[in-house]
Amino acid sequence: MKTADKSVLRGKHTLSGFEACAEGALSAGCRFLGYYPIRPAFDIIKRFTVRSLEGDAVFVQMEDEISALAVVLGASWTGKKSMTVTSGPGLSQMMEHIGLGVMLETPCVIVDIQRDGTSLGLPCSPGGGDVMQARWGSHGDYEMIALSPNSPEEMFELTVKAFNLSEKFRTPVMILSDAAVGKEKGEINIPDPEDIEIQDRKYYKGKKDKYLPFKYDEKDLIPPMVDVGQGTRFHVTGLTHDERGYPVMTDTCQEWNVHRLVQKIRLFTDQIIEVEESGTEDADIVVVSYGAASIDALRAVKQARDEGIKAGHLRLVTVWPFPEKRVYELAQNIDAFVVAEINYGQIALEVERCGRGEAENFFVHHSSFDLGKSSDILKSIKKARGKKK
Amino acid sequence: MKSSLKKEKHPMEKLLRMDRIPHIWCPGCGIGNAVSAFAEAVQKLNYDLDELCVVSGIGCTGRAAGYIKTDSFHTTHGRGIAYATGVKLGNPELKVVVISGDGDLSAIGGNHLIHAARRNIDITVICVNNFIYAMTGGQVAPTTPNPAYTTTSPFGNFEAPVNIPRVVEAAGAVYVARWTALHMRRMKESIIEALNKPGFSFVEVIAPCAMYYSRINRLGDGLNMMKFYYDNSVIKHGEPTENLDIGYQEEIIIGKFIDRERPTFSESLKSWKEEHGKGGEGDEE
Ligand SMILES: Cc1ncc(C[n+]2csc(CCOP(=O)(O)OP(=O)(O)O)c2C)c(N)n1
Ligand code: SF4
Repeated sequence: MKTADKSVLRGKHTLSGFEACAEGALSAGCRFLGYYPIRPAFDIIKRFTVRSLEGDAVFVQMEDEISALAVVLGASWTGKKSMTVTSGPGLSQMMEHIGLGVMLETPCVIVDIQRDGTSLGLPCSPGGGDVMQARWGSHGDYEMIALSPNSPEEMFELTVKAFNLSEKFRTPVMILSDAAVGKEKGEINIPDPEDIEIQDRKYYKGKKDKYLPFKYDEKDLIPPMVDVGQGTRFHVTGLTHDERGYPVMTDTCQEWNVHRLVQKIRLFTDQIIEVEESGTEDADIVVVSYGAASIDALRAVKQARDEGIKAGHLRLVTVWPFPEKRVYELAQNIDAFVVAEINYGQIALEVERCGRGEAENFFVHHSSFDLGKSSDILKSIKKARGKKK
Repeated sequence: MKSSLKKEKHPMEKLLRMDRIPHIWCPGCGIGNAVSAFAEAVQKLNYDLDELCVVSGIGCTGRAAGYIKTDSFHTTHGRGIAYATGVKLGNPELKVVVISGDGDLSAIGGNHLIHAARRNIDITVICVNNFIYAMTGGQVAPTTPNPAYTTTSPFGNFEAPVNIPRVVEAAGAVYVARWTALHMRRMKESIIEALNKPGFSFVEVIAPCAMYYSRINRLGDGLNMMKFYYDNSVIKHGEPTENLDIGYQEEIIIGKFIDRERPTFSESLKSWKEEHGKGGEGDEE
């Protein structure tokens, strides 16, 4: 990778999750940040704007989150890897442009630092209530890729990964994090740029006047992209369109158009989904969690093991697409799932759905005030143990 | 047998997506005139068309981007300017133009209009003002004169209409002009000036909606309305924008009102970086 930019860090640094996110973005090649300030995401913005002084990155503070994502989509089409960062109330505003991003197949990264809701909620308190909104917030049918880091180090890695996935699948990708992971400090060993795997979008290489913006490759279903200004004179629209990018208002075209948008992710979920497991080989009870709650969940699992309970842990690194297959496999071999999340049970429903009745399901509302403790999760593990098949 | 008829080429063929003709606009609609004036302006400027990008929001006028043969985006309702800002900041070498309707730009997109003008983003905005929301069936718009009829103001509009040139001037636009759809030559010259102007330039085009506005107000067909606007407009260059309110079937002041200089967003960002940045090239590998 080219490193003509001092804004790409190398070596060991002690960074907060927020700072690591900004650094991860710069390492991934992100050179455009469009944003509207909000707590607690603001610390990422601060880091990015200051660091962009040292390099060629551009940032703009827009008038709201609607335009913050619009500006990111526009910039992405000029070839700049682009990102926006926000928290719940801002994410709510971005929904229409998530749809546009999906429809125009525009790579970009949306970082959502979840805070306690609903509405304004508790601005500085970590939350986990945007999980379903991240998946289904924009109208119509589409797939969302969302990653959930649980440490500053992973905030760096997953931000890079989010860019890679968004470039590869030509779609907006979300980082679903929270204030707890954002504020945490940790030592991060940043590899040399040449050792960081970077995926760039697939570019069209044919004759300029033959370019069709949505003519896709049968192998991966991804149409090669061009930048604005390369002379292909493309047109694209958020309306249902054909391969030329022209609006075609028929059922057949809608089917052709949206079916592929969904399938280009669904058929490749095995490449996308990442989970982390410990103790699941012989477990009777599996705790499912993600993000900040997963640290406490893992501790609870260890405590349970110490007490002779065969507990295991499944951490969703990729929240969306959901690891359906793995959850079903586990369900067939265990007695119960315990789902711990910082909300009132969003992923718990997914676990229940994917388990198809093969295992009992217990939900723990691990509130933002429970972070750092594991007693509530351990209590649920014990409760679940009493429900042996 | 080969036809002896010579196939006439459209004079704007290089700039229009001929494979999309016929377009969706009604006969007598004023949007086509604005698009033609834009195409002629671009032709006269002899631009490298590969470096031109057109962005639209949603609405009848919002379809303009789809008929112009440059890189073009049909985006979301009201957000064309925000999207165009991203294109411009992503690649400052590009000429970026937004063509959209009055509802799109001044209602749902009003916030972006104001702030792009304030930041002096280097784009040109062409706003086709037909005093109505056309594509959704003729509802009242922020520009509907008092007391015009619309499908949602069946007893006449009682709201005060917005004077868009005044708003964009106050926000900081460097170029503001208004023409009617029949002022083809002047409109074209104005678009040329706007395109040549670094910073946020704005051209309003007063146009009929033959389908909704003219019908419900019994003002004849589109052509009658176009002619009415033409005949009842007075050119007053430099007129203070506070005088540019538009009444119902009253005189319309047209002309070039604002032509001034201010640093663009990109210029300000660049000098800020030069002043504060540790800057410079890193190690090349
Ligand atoms: C978010 C959203 N809200 C509403 C609409 C419906 N809508 C489509 S066009 C339009 C009004 C367009 O009016 P104007 O900008 O004046 O354009 P015209 O059709 O008159 O050229 C509206 C409200 C939409 N597409 N998206
Ligand atoms: S509905 Fe009105 S604005 Fe739309 S194309 Fe027809 S005449 Fe033009």
